[in-house]
Amino acid sequence: MKGHFMEGLKDGVPIALGYLSVSFSVGIMALKEGINVFQGALMSLTNMTSAGQFAGITIIGAGGTLLELVLTQLIINLRYALMSLSLSQKLPEEMPVWQRMVVAFANTDEIFAVAMGHTGSLTFSYMVGMQCLPILGWTGGTVLGAVAGQVLPPAIGSALSLALYGMFIAVVVPAAVTIRPVLWVALMAAFFSCMICYIPLFSGISAGMSIIICTILASAIGALLFPVPQETDKKEA
Amino acid sequence: MIYLYILVMALVTYLIRMIPLTVFRQKITNPWICSFLYYVPYACLTAMTVPTVFYATESLPGALAGVAAALILACCRRNLVTVAAGACLTVYIVEQFMTLFGNIF
Repeated sequence: MKGHFMEGLKDGVPIALGYLSVSFSVGIMALKEGINVFQGALMSLTNMTSAGQFAGITIIGAGGTLLELVLTQLIINLRYALMSLSLSQKLPEEMPVWQRMVVAFANTDEIFAVAMGHTGSLTFSYMVGMQCLPILGWTGGTVLGAVAGQVLPPAIGSALSLALYGMFIAVVVPAAVTIRPVLWVALMAAFFSCMICYIPLFSGISAGMSIIICTILASAIGALLFPVPQETDKKEA
Repeated sequence: MIYLYILVMALVTYLIRMIPLTVFRQKITNPWICSFLYYVPYACLTAMTVPTVFYATESLPGALAGVAAALILACCRRNLVTVAAGACLTVYIVEQFMTLFGNIF
């Protein structure tokens, strides 16, 4: 049992290092929207999701409603349901429900990917071990970002505001370049988002609502026009 | 108030992850739903980036240069951190340049 925990801990190191830098920019973003260091840390510790938190921070900053918040989290994080379903197939069948409830907590994109790529049995101690450091890295990075945002000069703060967007671009662009349907979906999302932003008719639509509408529209049209062959959806999810 | 928002976010996100792991354990086979879920991350990341990214920095030219740098680095398959750092550095350089030479133009 102990060996599995250590093995998991080790597999979590690269994820934790990656999270440290992403959450650094989440911390800066949170600070900009009026969320303090402690609240930012609490959000990262309890949520463990970059896109969901970013949308949440946007809504909190814009003074959005709770309904808007719930809807955005549902849509943006819906992919985790798919990952949990896949993960569920790989966990030992005899794993008790309370252990599954613990494992679910930090089933992020990266942790899911490592778990699915893991050869050998996914024991409870391995899964918990693997999640420890990424949770620490994600929360710690948020604190560092929020603190740095307070002390850094405005010119550097302005430059760092682009960090999280840079990471989003780094996720979408390579996929869009190789997988044509992803490019179309991304272009549609960008187009809808600009329409809602710039056409006065849509000025009543809030930032959170816009994310929901664009995500649903672009993904739905994408799914209709370009159904994904069954085996790729598991790998890329 | 912010705490309530954080709590609600955490709860929704946790339930999305937890319920399929404990209650429904069968696989989703509907190809449309699978495809939809596959596209969601790309659609939502793009919708959150465009057009807000252009107003994230202190000046529009800085943001434009930063986005251009990120696009180029991402096309070259650099990792997340390199792309983000390259974008930030570009914004910094362009905005410093603008402050330095702003009076001349």
